[in-house]
Amino acid sequence: MTEEEIMRPENLVYKKPALLNDNPMHYCPGCSHGVVHKLVAEIIEEMGMEEKTVAISPVGCAVFAYNYIDVDWVEAAHGRAPAVATAIKRLWPDRLVFTYQGDGDLACIGTAESIHALNRGEHIAIIFINNAIYGMTGGQMAPTTLMGMKTSTCPYGRVADLHGYPLKFTEIAATLEGTCYVTRQSVHNVAAIRKAKKAIRKAFENSMAGKGASLVEIVSTCNAGWKLSPEKANQWMEEHMFKFYPLGDLKDTTAITEDSL
Amino acid sequence: MGKFRGLIVVDRERCKGCNLCVVACPLHILALAGKRVNKKGYHYAEQTDKGLCNGCASCAIVCPDGCITVYKKKEE
Ligand SMILES: Cc1ncc(C[n+]2csc(CCOP(=O)(O)OP(=O)(O)O)c2C)c(N)n1
Ligand code: SF4
Ligand code: SF4
Ligand code: SF4
Ligand SMILES: [Mg+2]
Repeated sequence: MTEEEIMRPENLVYKKPALLNDNPMHYCPGCSHGVVHKLVAEIIEEMGMEEKTVAISPVGCAVFAYNYIDVDWVEAAHGRAPAVATAIKRLWPDRLVFTYQGDGDLACIGTAESIHALNRGEHIAIIFINNAIYGMTGGQMAPTTLMGMKTSTCPYGRVADLHGYPLKFTEIAATLEGTCYVTRQSVHNVAAIRKAKKAIRKAFENSMAGKGASLVEIVSTCNAGWKLSPEKANQWMEEHMFKFYPLGDLKDTTAITEDSL
Repeated sequence: MGKFRGLIVVDRERCKGCNLCVVACPLHILALAGKRVNKKGYHYAEQTDKGLCNGCASCAIVCPDGCITVYKKKEE
């Protein structure tokens, strides 16, 4: 079999989704943000919602997400993406409306907006990239930083009496009446990426079906902030992050099962 | 059961040399280019043994920058 015989359109099994345009993404090599962008683009394509999606980008490394995924975007003030999403979805219920937020954006400066949008049961999806650090600004401690974890503002490691305890935002979200689907996923290997894709798809379907608010946390790496290679960052995440932020569904009140997707 | 032959195309200029595809390949047939770099200075990913690829697409799925296209064909 020659290379030409294999390299035919009918034999294509994987390619970058077209909705993820050719602009080079500014993310550090190996950053989890890229993998999640790819999934989001694939899902919007598969749902045929390219012309009917409004996404809200955060302040944080994903601030330029609108340069990469070719749907309509609004860039919100730091932490306020769920408030902006609330307005858009209420005015335009036939749109797929989701926010894409980091842990500093969602679980620190935007805690109030996030909790209340979820608790009101807004028909939006929130994608929560938890890399336990402020990546964009140089790796400062976040509310989600693990105990003992070193960052540029806790160089000797996080300690409870000085810094308090890491916030399990997703666990809080699961207790709120307004949430219909709350899950924690990751994107460190093929199996995890497949699961994360199903989870985001489900959150998007819930938004369109008016079932309430969905939160998909993606436990992520920030290899630059963590000062590890991309490979080592994934290993560190498996060893340390998953213990405190265990993967899996925390709540699901919807009828859509994984198999029916 | 027939065997599959795979073929990947790496967008070298888009590649950031993160090495995650190298780690993900179950057949260990990917590596970062030793001395060669792209225009941005990254050692891009390339296959070390093209004939072995089965088109499983693991490399492409984990690539954060969507640099890898995969083709797969059943051996007659
Ligand atoms: C009102 C306001 N306060 C602070 C900042 C500085 N700032 C920019 S990004 C950021 C945190 C980003 O962290 P996160 O949301 O976890 O995103 P990541 O970069 O890790 O993906 C902060 C504090 C700002 N831009 N605006
Ligand atoms: S600083 Fe961290 S979160 Fe931001 S792009 Fe780099 S690795 Fe990703
Ligand atoms: S398609 Fe599979 S076998 Fe081929 S290079 Fe990629 S990971 Fe390796
Ligand atoms: S995963 Fe993608 S960006 Fe990273 S080395 Fe492989 S092809 Fe390049
Ligand atoms: Mg962060």
